[in-house]
Amino acid sequence: MPPEDATAPPRTLFEKVWERHVVARDAAGNELLFIDRHLAHEGSFHAFAKLAERDLPVARPDLTLLIADHYAPTRGRGAPIADPEVARVIDQLGENAARFGLSLIGLSDPRQGIVHVVGPELGFTLPGLTVVCGDSHTSTHGAFGAVAFGIGASEVAHVLATQTLWQRRPLAKRVRFSGRPDAGVGAKDLVLAMIAQIGADGGTGAALEYAGPTVEALSMAGRMTLCNLAIECGARFGLIAPDRTTFDWVAGRPLAPEGAMLERALADWRALASDPGAAFAEEIAVSVEGLAPMVTWGTSPEQAAPVTGRVPDPAELPTAAKRDAAAQALAYMDLAPGQPLEGLAMDRVFIGSCTNARLEDLREAAEVFRGRTAQVPTLISPGSSAVKRAAEAEGLDRVFRTAGVEWAESGCSMCVGMNGDLVPPGARCASTANRNFPGRQGPGSRTHLMSPRMAALAAVTGALGRPEESAR
Amino acid sequence: MTVGPQPFAALEAPACVLDRANLDTDQIVPARFLRKPRSAPDGYAPFLFRDLEGLPPGARPAEGAPAARILLTGPNFGCGSSREGAVYALVDAGVRAVVAESFGDIFRANAARNGLLCVRLSAAQVAALMRSVTASPQARLRIDLPEQTVAAPGVAPMRFEIESFSKQLLVAGQDEIGFTLARAAEIAAFAAQAEAERPWLVPPPERLRTAP
Repeated sequence: MPPEDATAPPRTLFEKVWERHVVARDAAGNELLFIDRHLAHEGSFHAFAKLAERDLPVARPDLTLLIADHYAPTRGRGAPIADPEVARVIDQLGENAARFGLSLIGLSDPRQGIVHVVGPELGFTLPGLTVVCGDSHTSTHGAFGAVAFGIGASEVAHVLATQTLWQRRPLAKRVRFSGRPDAGVGAKDLVLAMIAQIGADGGTGAALEYAGPTVEALSMAGRMTLCNLAIECGARFGLIAPDRTTFDWVAGRPLAPEGAMLERALADWRALASDPGAAFAEEIAVSVEGLAPMVTWGTSPEQAAPVTGRVPDPAELPTAAKRDAAAQALAYMDLAPGQPLEGLAMDRVFIGSCTNARLEDLREAAEVFRGRTAQVPTLISPGSSAVKRAAEAEGLDRVFRTAGVEWAESGCSMCVGMNGDLVPPGARCASTANRNFPGRQGPGSRTHLMSPRMAALAAVTGALGRPEESAR
Repeated sequence: MTVGPQPFAALEAPACVLDRANLDTDQIVPARFLRKPRSAPDGYAPFLFRDLEGLPPGARPAEGAPAARILLTGPNFGCGSSREGAVYALVDAGVRAVVAESFGDIFRANAARNGLLCVRLSAAQVAALMRSVTASPQARLRIDLPEQTVAAPGVAPMRFEIESFSKQLLVAGQDEIGFTLARAAEIAAFAAQAEAERPWLVPPPERLRTAP
């Protein structure tokens, strides 16, 4: 490894990873970026159709991994899928894998799960890489110090055909959390507080680097939750400098380097941190002193408040756009201005998604369920089949089943409802997922986003409440 | 309807005002329609804003008439999911341009590759256009992409900024795959050097293919 040039200007983590991948730059400053890892799910059929139309091969089949998740049935896995259109898109994923010579993790593969859980779990995701997927929550992989971002079908086709993307470099911004939150407050609460502060478009055009002691103290699961939700403030990228926590997590993964190659990789990865004095386009300070668990009340992730708070009065919001949006959200959510959040009755609970369905999230939920009974229909879909097996090895499934909770197979499930796991019209769902958009969980569904602990508490009490630790 | 994007030059057309903030891609096209192929004669047009209530005339195609070709809307349009189906629904319904204060980054990238122009203006400029169209709904807006201007009756022509790359794609009416493929040798050489320096850049092929 050549020594770092002491005279070079200080660079951010984002710039370091990005610049390593620039194949070419045009006169207008657009950069052709090499893509190290490409994940694709069933929705990729649009992109493969574009390739087929032009009779193009996949440039680098060794860098793409196909995984069934969006339409994966969470019940009756192995039986024929009733909806012929759903069956068709899952079949198409396998057909495209065969036709283009790509690796496939299908429904019956023990590695199956949500792309953003499986990629890291396998060591497909590593520090310092560029990672893309036709899914906006690809920012999740930034937790490893990767430049990871969501793309649409045309860009997926471009990656398949060329293993590159033309991009304009986004601005690097840094987020720091300060203060000591309440007990029982985790990564989900921190990031919901950040989005509430900067807004659903506060990160548009930016790459957010999360930094500081609060972030460094988080586990990889917590870091992935932070990066996962970067897109909910409009940032296509979230990232965190890799450190000891990261390296310990990555080493030993099936696709991670081993032995001498791991030592070389670690030496390389240790340099992946923002240099002292590196310039960020903006420093975002989020104070979480005394923060209570967060819950969304509206139809945008920015419409969130501590559970100890109240539904805001739209008239008191600062801008006309926010006032209108809040009034529409309250009408859709059937909430009144000034209504306390604590005690709000829930009809359904969903614990799952690429945001919060890792083993640590399930342990957090199980602590609440132990010895109690769910008061409303509750579905838990683990983030991957490996997470499911690990949870079962610890007996978490027995805790959930004893509480009357449905313990299902892994997939995107009720976060987006594409597989048929839907919230009925008008029903209120406590969800650990990432989007509370109108109709996201099914037409007319009403979603409240929160942490696994808070969702489990909503399940056993039937309403929004404060975890005991923080209520003390 | 899997025709390629049409080249974008000047557009003169009536506009529809849909004054809502944060219209995410789930609202533009609900997830349950994304399993549909785009090959039906009307493509994704029937799914546009399918679950939204209280829509103004022209927001959705109706009675065989296409949607308005220009959409004026609130900030952060197209935030959320990366689904390109949101762009297909707009394009297949006849929309050629969306004017707003801001857009989701992924939506804007998808739009440029499908012949849909995203025009970013200040909140005050969008409001002025909305007032003009609300006052005379039949009036035609004129959007000139090469000149980067928008004009409406009673409103001074406004200049908008657009990344040169998106502009090139829209003016040419094509995506960049062919253009990039011409550099295949350069890309392969870049990759070979990077992989020699950092051999972990390529995952072990046998382990990738099969479960351990």
